[in-house]
Amino acid sequence: MKKINLDESKVAQARQVAGGIAADIQTFITEHTTVSVERAVVRLLGIDGVDSEGVPLPNLTVEDIVRGGGLSRGAAYYIANACVALQAAPQQVAEQVAQGRISLTKLPDQGLATLEAAETLADGAVAWVAARRKERDLLLTELGEGPQPWLYVIVATGNIYEDVTQARAAARAGADIIAVIRTTGQSLLDYVPFGATTEGFGGTYATQENFRIMRQALDEVGTEAGRYIRLVNYSSGLCMPEIAAMGAMERLDMMLNDALYGILFRDINMQRTLIDQNFSRLINGYAGIIINTGEDNYLTTADAITAAHTVLASQFINEQLAHLSALPDEQIGLGHAFEINPDIEDGMLLELAQAQMARQIFPAAPLKYMPPTKHMTGNIFRGHVINSMFNLTSVLTGQGIHLLGMLTEAIHTPFLQDRFLALENARYVMNAARHLSEEVTFIAGGRVEKRANEVLTNALELLEHVAKIGLMEAIEQGLFADVKRGRFGGKGLEGVARKSADYYNPFPQRFMSRKFLSGGNH
Amino acid sequence: MEIRPYGDTLNDGAMQLSFTLPVAPSPEAKEAAKQLVQRMGFQAASVVHMADLGESFSFFVVYAKTPVSIDYSSISVPKVDAKHMGFYEVNDFIRSNVGRKVVVVGACTGTDAHTVGLDAIMNMKGYAGEYGLERYPEMVAYNLGSQVPNETLIATAIELNADALLVSQVVTQKDVHIPNLTQLVELLEAEGLRDRLVLVCGGPRISHELAIELGYDAGFGSGTLPPHVASFIVQELVRRGIK
Repeated sequence: MKKINLDESKVAQARQVAGGIAADIQTFITEHTTVSVERAVVRLLGIDGVDSEGVPLPNLTVEDIVRGGGLSRGAAYYIANACVALQAAPQQVAEQVAQGRISLTKLPDQGLATLEAAETLADGAVAWVAARRKERDLLLTELGEGPQPWLYVIVATGNIYEDVTQARAAARAGADIIAVIRTTGQSLLDYVPFGATTEGFGGTYATQENFRIMRQALDEVGTEAGRYIRLVNYSSGLCMPEIAAMGAMERLDMMLNDALYGILFRDINMQRTLIDQNFSRLINGYAGIIINTGEDNYLTTADAITAAHTVLASQFINEQLAHLSALPDEQIGLGHAFEINPDIEDGMLLELAQAQMARQIFPAAPLKYMPPTKHMTGNIFRGHVINSMFNLTSVLTGQGIHLLGMLTEAIHTPFLQDRFLALENARYVMNAARHLSEEVTFIAGGRVEKRANEVLTNALELLEHVAKIGLMEAIEQGLFADVKRGRFGGKGLEGVARKSADYYNPFPQRFMSRKFLSGGNH
Repeated sequence: MEIRPYGDTLNDGAMQLSFTLPVAPSPEAKEAAKQLVQRMGFQAASVVHMADLGESFSFFVVYAKTPVSIDYSSISVPKVDAKHMGFYEVNDFIRSNVGRKVVVVGACTGTDAHTVGLDAIMNMKGYAGEYGLERYPEMVAYNLGSQVPNETLIATAIELNADALLVSQVVTQKDVHIPNLTQLVELLEAEGLRDRLVLVCGGPRISHELAIELGYDAGFGSGTLPPHVASFIVQELVRRGIK
C-alpha cells in the first residue's frame, strides 16, 4: 500500500517529459568530447604519475594531442597508435611525451594494429574495473552491511592520515559510509593532484593514492567491525570523468556526481559539465558505484518550501540522464534535503511529504537525504534536536543514504566528538523507530498528501517549461536554484571539442554492454 | 560589577565543558579529564559522562565551577558605527546625500566556494524577508560569485568604478581567510585605491573587531541582513566625502 496517494498519471507524465529533456541534451552530448573525458580514457589505459615539475602525465598526454589538433579524434587512438609504433606500454608512451621526445599526432598510422592494440588495452582496463566490482560484491557477501538508511559521515581534515583515524573511529561508532570531502577549490582545478597529501583546506585532495589509503583503512576496520564500509568521493568539477575512472580502479562505492551542480554552483561551463557527466556516469555505472546527485544544494540558495518542486524536477532529469549512461536505479542516489525553516508550524509535515513523495516516485533509488545546514546556528543544543527530527523523518520514509547532521554545522569542520554524537543520535532514533514506517500511512486528503501532490504538480509544470525551451536555455534563465549561467560562460569551455567522423573511444560500448560482468544480475 | 557564570545561584560559576582526550576510556582517563579541568583553574570538577570514541579516544562531559570573575563595567566592544536604516530609508539617503547610484561589488575571494552569505546580502531576493542589494534602486550591485582572486576583484572594481567592496569568507579552517583578507588590503593600498573604496568583509566567523584589525572599514558576522550592510556603506561613503 502506498503511504501517500500521489497522482500517478502526473508521475508518469513528469518522467516522460524529463526523458524528452534528457534525450534532447544527449544528442548534443554524443557529438562532443572534452579534455577531461580524454584524460579519463588515458587513465583507464594505464597512464598515471607526474613529470619532474609535478604535472600529471594524463594532462601532458592530452595536451600534446590537443596541440596536434587531434582532440576530436579522441586520445585512445593516439595512445594505442604510439604503443604499436614504439612497441611500448601506455605509461612509457606518456613518459616519452612528457620528456618532449615524441608528439602523438605526428607518429605514422599503424593501421589495423592500432585498433587491435586499443581494443586489447581497453579490455584490460575494463576487466580490472570488473574485478574491483566483484571484489566489492564478495566483501559485501562476507561482511554484510548495515540497514538502510545508511549512516554517512564526512571527514575533512586536509590530511589523509588524520582522515583515516577519524574514519576508523566513525566506522566503529556505527558509520556505514565515509566521504572524504575535497579541499576547497579542487573542483576548479583542471587536473587531478598526485600522491598522498597532508595539506588541504576544508578537506583533503582527491588523489588516487589517497583513495587507496582510505580504501585499505576502511576494508580493515570493516573486517573488524563485521560490516562493509562504503567510501565516497566527488566525481564533480572540471575533472569529473577522471575522478570516476580513479574511483572505479580503487573500488570507491559512491561518487557525488550531479549533471547540473558544477554548472550552477561552481560556474563550470554547462557544455563541459553535461558532456563530462555522461562519461563519468558510464564509468560509475559499470563499476557498480552509486552516484549521489546534488539537488539538496538548491535549497541552500532558494527557499525550501517554495523551491521544493525544483528539487523534484531535477531528480527526474538526473534520473533520466543517468539511465542514458546505463546506470540502473539501484545506483542512482537522488539527492534532497531537510532544509525547511524550523520556526515554521508543521514544517516537519512538509518535510515528510517531500521525503515520502520522493520515496514513492523513485522506489528503487537509494535516495540521498541531506541534513539541515541552512538553519543551523551556533546553538548546538537546538541543532542536535533538529538533527533528531531529520533522523526520524529519514527512517520513517525509508531513505537510502543518510548524511548525518552535525550539531556544530556552521561552526567548524566536525570534531571527532561531533561525529560521534551525530552517530549516537541517529542510532538511537533509527533503532527506536526502526519499523515505524510499516505502521504508518498518511490520511487521504490530509496535509501531507496535499503538499506532496502540490509539489508534484509544480514540478511537472516546470519540467514542461524546461522541455519547451531546452535544458541549456532553462539554466540560462535561472530556473534551477535561482542561478543563471550562460551557455558560453563559466570555466572549462575551451576543453570542449566536437567529435570528428573518426572519433574513437573503446570504453562506452564496453561499459554499456556490461562486458566481463557475469550473471546478468547487475 | 564583577560577574561569574550562573548555574542556579548568583555567581556560583557553574559551567559545562565537553572535550575529547586522545586515550581509551578508563578510570585513569576519567581522572585525567578531571585533573585537566582543575588545572584550568576550575573547582568542584565532576566528570558526569565518559564515552568511547574508538581508536583510543574518549569523550567527556564535565561540570565545574570557576572562581574567575570579570568586571562587566570594564568591557568595551567595537561596533559598526552607523544608524540602522531600512530599504526605503537607504535609497532615500542615497538620493539626497549622494545623488547618483552607489556601485557595490561583492565576491567570495580566494579559494572560498561558499556563496550562501554573499548571496543572502546581495541577491535580489535577499534573506529573511529583507531584499538584497541587487534590489535597491539606488544601488548597482555586482555579485562576482565564488573563488574570485583578489586581483580580479580589484580589476573589476576599477572597471565598474565601484564605491564599495564586499568580501565574504565562510571557510576559516586553519585561519585560511586571514592572509587572503590581508592581501586584498595590501593590493588596494599598493594600487592607491584603499581610500576611494568602502571595504567591508563578512562571514560567520568574522567580527567587526577582526575586520578593523585587518584594515577593513567594517565586518559583519552571522545574523547580518542586507540593510545592515547597505546602511553602513552609504553612511560611510558620505562621512568620507566619497562622491
